[in-house]
Amino acid sequence: MQLSDDVLLDMHHRMVRIRHFEEAAGRLAEESRLPGFLHLYVGEEAVAAGVCAALTDDDQISSTHRGHGHLVAKGGDFERMMAELMGKSTGYCKGKGGSMHICDLDLGMLGANGIVGGGVPIAVGAGFANKYRDDGRVSVVFFGDGASNIGAFHEAANMAAALQLPVVFVCENNEYGEFTPRDRTMAITDVVDRAAGYGMPGVIVDGMDVVAVHEAAAEAVDRARSGQGPSFLEAKTYRFYNHHGIQTLGMKYRSDEELAEWKKRDPIDLFEARLAESGVLTAKDAEAVHERVAGEVEQAIAFAEESPLPEVESLYEDVYSGVAQ
Amino acid sequence: MTVTEKEARTLAYGAAFNEGLRQIMEEDPDVFFAGEDVGKAGGVFGSFVGLNETFGDLRAVDTPISEQAIVGLGIGAAVTGLRPVVDVMFMDFMFVAMDQIANQAAKLKYMFGGKATLPLTITTSAGAGLSAAAQHSQSLEAMLCHIPGLKVVMPSNPYDAKGLLVACIRDNNPTVYVKNKRLLGLKGEVPEDLYEVPIGVANIVRPGSSVTVVTYGRMVQESLKAAEELAGEGVDCEVIDLRTVQPLDIDAVTTSARKTGNIVVVHEAVRFGGLGAEIASQVQEQAFDYLDAPVGRVGAPFTPVPFSPTLEAEYVPNADRITEGIRETLGM
Ligand SMILES: Cc1ncc(C[n+]2csc(CCOP(=O)(O)OP(=O)(O)O)c2C)c(N)n1
Ligand SMILES: [Mg+2]
Repeated sequence: MQLSDDVLLDMHHRMVRIRHFEEAAGRLAEESRLPGFLHLYVGEEAVAAGVCAALTDDDQISSTHRGHGHLVAKGGDFERMMAELMGKSTGYCKGKGGSMHICDLDLGMLGANGIVGGGVPIAVGAGFANKYRDDGRVSVVFFGDGASNIGAFHEAANMAAALQLPVVFVCENNEYGEFTPRDRTMAITDVVDRAAGYGMPGVIVDGMDVVAVHEAAAEAVDRARSGQGPSFLEAKTYRFYNHHGIQTLGMKYRSDEELAEWKKRDPIDLFEARLAESGVLTAKDAEAVHERVAGEVEQAIAFAEESPLPEVESLYEDVYSGVAQ
Repeated sequence: MTVTEKEARTLAYGAAFNEGLRQIMEEDPDVFFAGEDVGKAGGVFGSFVGLNETFGDLRAVDTPISEQAIVGLGIGAAVTGLRPVVDVMFMDFMFVAMDQIANQAAKLKYMFGGKATLPLTITTSAGAGLSAAAQHSQSLEAMLCHIPGLKVVMPSNPYDAKGLLVACIRDNNPTVYVKNKRLLGLKGEVPEDLYEVPIGVANIVRPGSSVTVVTYGRMVQESLKAAEELAGEGVDCEVIDLRTVQPLDIDAVTTSARKTGNIVVVHEAVRFGGLGAEIASQVQEQAFDYLDAPVGRVGAPFTPVPFSPTLEAEYVPNADRITEGIRETLGM
């Protein structure tokens, strides 16, 4: 597949946006300026960017506790995201959800999720609605290697295949669930092996290579859109920071050497080298993208900090929808 | 060393849990524990630290992220003769395992005509106040107490954290042991010996004469603060720490009600359908004539737990809200 420069630059932009947003969020958390848990997506940008670049604005995604990257990749607005992370009334969820429940239904981002595996059946439900309406939309579910051990994943995968739903399963295999390595919790190395058991095609891609991710995702999305049912994509990737927060060095559940090895394959560095080599984006132009995005993040932080906290009365709102008129 | 010296030792709530588990595992080779990140990593709250090093992978088991199978593992192992402790990291995740908890663990003995014995302990962590939002902050004990066959304990201090854990593990029934995340660092006296705090027995943590505050878990600490505050105004609160919410030590509550004539129930969980409703109902059935006022209830409002600290502060009951609740009941 020959990708146009526009697509390549678009994916680069998405990755850079994720990186800067997450780095800033991590910094703010370190400074105790963000409440609650913060699961950063740094290191895994190629997965969300490569997949979301294969989607239309109308397609849906469901996400995980590590969900900022997915929302950014789907076009999320920095200001509303940062405000949500700070628990402000101008945030995506009016400060009620925070990092773990961030969403933008208008962008088809059906929510980060605090329950591991919780988003998988939801994406399948969206896929069902898409098939029901026959509107050509596709839903994508992002989930971790760890999440592939939970019942909800297995039930939903089987159902999607049985009902031939337009769903793409994207496993972000970063080799750990919290502080426990994958090999202590499953007897297989490749999560994609599970796809065959449900009768759906599956491939492994280098999750640090955004082009590889994109090509595989585009194929899976095409299959779904053309009524050929669900597929499974396993992206081998790695999170550069801790399970939550940014502290990493000296953590005993994974070695500093292993981290350093993976960091050599930083998905943004790899891609920028390639873009420079092929003349699509010079190092200088890439730098300009970073600077612009960094400025946007700073602006979002200022917006979020100036935003008001939610009115206390809002606690009681949004529990139920109003009665239909 | 004399007993007094021994008892003077202080330990944090989380460390007391850890010590109780270690000692009972040393005592009983049939005890093992399993859960997410509880082995090599020592648990996300550090409650299981060091145990995998001592007891190895077969007795300090790292499991996949599979709550349903984790609880099921405990049931199957219990009914075939072991004495498992299975951990569900956050109480909110119990919903993922609810069939195994409610339809299986709670009922096997009864459905089998009494033949099965389930010495199973499910440990978990509850509580709001950390901006952990709606899926990592709930207090769901009322839901568990509604299911015949389960016992539920909610320790409020390090001494009980250790003693109730030991009691749960030694109990031949499925028990749910609920830590409060915000109590993990709380320090208090903890004997070095292995001891039990009996299940189903409440504790009067502050004797008083004007009003009885019935509570458990972290709200015990908040209620004690409220009692101090009110003491300055001449209100003498009796604070009862239920320690166990199923079975309920209702006698301790009604005895106190007969003495003080006023009851306020305090819990972190939502008021609607909470333990407070059950207690109020039983108190009016058994001690109606002794009451000077309707039983008061302090609990969370009927909303999911919000993320934003300002909203969460409004949500989670605290000493001020308890003080207010007591004043209301006393007509002050
Ligand atoms: C049902 C449930 N169990 C446990 C947790 C706690 N938890 C949060 S993230 C996580 C690890 C998830 O691992 P994985 O799916 O591989 O995603 P990653 O964090 O590696 O991106 C766990 C165990 C949870 N949130 N929900
Ligand atoms: Mg993982």
